[in-house]
Amino acid sequence: MEPVYVQYAWLIPIFPLLSFLLLTAMGRSAQKLGSMISVVAAFAAMTLAVLVFVERLGGNATDYTWNEWNWLEFAGYTLHMGFEVNNLNALMLVIVTLVSALVNLYSLGYMADDERKATFFAYVSLFTFSMLGLVISSNLLMLYIFWELVGVCSFLLVGFWYYKPEAKAAAKKAFIVTRIGDVGLFIAILLLFWAMPGNSLEFSAIHNAFVGGEINEGLATWIAILIFIGAIGKSGQFPLHTWLPDAMEGPTPISALIHAATMVAAGVYLVARTYDIFLASEVSLSVVAYVGAFTAIFAATIAIAQNDIKRILAYSTVSQLGYMMMALGLGSKLALAAAMFHLLTHAFFKALLFLGSGSVIHAVHKQNIHQMGGLFGKMRITAITFAIGSLALAGVFPLSGFWSKDAILAETLHEGQPILFVVGILAAFFTALYMTRLYVLVFLGKPRESQDAHESPAVMTVPLVVLAVLAVIAGVVNLPGEPWLAGWLHGETLVEHANWLVIILSNGAALAGIFIGYAMYRKPANTALEASQTATEDVKNGLYRVLQNKYYIDELYQTIIVGPYRWLGNVLDTFDTYVVDGVVKLLSVVTVGIGRVGIRLQNGQLQTYGLLMLFGFVLFAVFLAGRRFF
Amino acid sequence: MTINLATSYLTLAAILFCIGLFGALTKRNAVIVLLSIEVMLNAVVLNLIAFSKYGIVPSITGQIFSLFTIVVAAAGAAVGVAILIALFRNRGTSDITEMNELKH
Repeated sequence: MEPVYVQYAWLIPIFPLLSFLLLTAMGRSAQKLGSMISVVAAFAAMTLAVLVFVERLGGNATDYTWNEWNWLEFAGYTLHMGFEVNNLNALMLVIVTLVSALVNLYSLGYMADDERKATFFAYVSLFTFSMLGLVISSNLLMLYIFWELVGVCSFLLVGFWYYKPEAKAAAKKAFIVTRIGDVGLFIAILLLFWAMPGNSLEFSAIHNAFVGGEINEGLATWIAILIFIGAIGKSGQFPLHTWLPDAMEGPTPISALIHAATMVAAGVYLVARTYDIFLASEVSLSVVAYVGAFTAIFAATIAIAQNDIKRILAYSTVSQLGYMMMALGLGSKLALAAAMFHLLTHAFFKALLFLGSGSVIHAVHKQNIHQMGGLFGKMRITAITFAIGSLALAGVFPLSGFWSKDAILAETLHEGQPILFVVGILAAFFTALYMTRLYVLVFLGKPRESQDAHESPAVMTVPLVVLAVLAVIAGVVNLPGEPWLAGWLHGETLVEHANWLVIILSNGAALAGIFIGYAMYRKPANTALEASQTATEDVKNGLYRVLQNKYYIDELYQTIIVGPYRWLGNVLDTFDTYVVDGVVKLLSVVTVGIGRVGIRLQNGQLQTYGLLMLFGFVLFAVFLAGRRFF
Repeated sequence: MTINLATSYLTLAAILFCIGLFGALTKRNAVIVLLSIEVMLNAVVLNLIAFSKYGIVPSITGQIFSLFTIVVAAAGAAVGVAILIALFRNRGTSDITEMNELKH
């Protein structure tokens, strides 16, 4: 069958781009109807993405590449631009456009009263465009351009409420910390340009070169690790994870779209896209696996002790991204598929949880979970969908999160990595624990503070319901006995290593987490006073305090990096103020002084002028006469 | 002998010029200043005549030139006096230190 829609895949990012341009051109007049442009564009992009996806489902479709546009030509070298559609990014296209469309819809309700609604939707469209461009890029440089663009959009949207100092600081932090990773990715691109035959940066050429073993392992290790540093920055892995929880200062739909489902998954996607480089180097695979595993458990433990509903979810995102990285580090085709599977299910249930938390925040105008409680009766749709999302995240049978987590854990065991398996089970346990804590404190019990909560409007609940349905059923694409997604991604039939031990253990860990969490937090802390008392008791506990302060990582960075850096900045600033500026000021003072003397001379007295002329003449005569003697 | 005569003419011219210069730079009355300038001009004319008679290449040119100079100086003096009178009518003074309007 001749591919039809795939040829038009380049149109998918064009829709949101047009929406962005229109909204920007319209400016203030877009305040009322502008948001609809963005929603329509997102749904149009989604429709086309689904058509492309469905077309690729038709069995052994070959990858479609178009890169005829010669973007840069110099010294006999041509850099092409274009797009490429394969099964991996067809899947990403669907995830991104679907979440983007639902978030657009949701934002209609959430941002309804905002003064800069049109700007918000313009930014969201720009982000969707950049993310889709990143996904269908045909070469690494093009991907890098879009990679930076999504970073800019993240900066703009985190700092959307720029009049809040925290939001401003968070936006700066998000931008700067991810840039540290971006530098790694950029060096990797330079290394690849240098090492690749024909200096090609096309993904297909990279695939051929690394599969054919044309590049030695030492160099491959360097390139892979540098690419991974880029992924660490974007996907919030340890040690560059600190920006992601702070990024929660942005509007909640943004947290769902950018900081849960799409942009932070770009790191995972990047590693999956350049997987051949990682496969060429055992060392880099281990680095990916262990950084991922450490992040998974590290962030999960922090999440237990946080009090801000969005921060808990942010740490959960960091932890789940660590899970995906851990899977990628296993280095098998099934592991790659498992990571992408988890990316898919995570996008659904985490977007659901963020949108649900947004619904809660919209209702009670607070973010501290100790001040909530008893919302189940008042916000039934939000509460039920949130429960589904929590259970899916915790990995309870038979929701989607269970299947994807199970696929990863089964792979760890199959690849002979018992440490990673144990870490994965522990992280799953903690995940269940913190989600239960969150759920119990927010939705169950009685209200701890007087509140006037009500269910959100339909534009906000419909996306919740859609995502909840997806969070329930998304697991069927890759069941242990029938790994359809894995087979489809790789274009060959694969046998998943179904393992009853894994299924029982992971489910057991999840259920244990839920029960312990329920037992711990289902205390009848009815009044705000009591809640704060429990909170202070908690704080007294040493370990709890360490967790609540996020292992003091932020303080550590403040002391060893930001502090000295700021000191250096101050020293240079002083140098600039007193030395560089001093020289300039001295020059200006001298010039002004000479000018003042000049003004004195011009006093309008003809006789003074004449006297001066006489002096000049005498000097001139003395000089002429005197020259004779030398 | 010729040298001595030239030297005495030139000395007289130099003395005249210095007197004129002193008067032009120090006197406050504009009329006196104008007179001093005429003295300086006459010193110059005297120089021209001295050189035309006793110079390296004696000729009549210098004397004709001095006549022109005297005519032009007379015209200049007439214009100067006219300006002074106009100024005196407007400002009621002939003090040259008060005539400093052109500095701006």
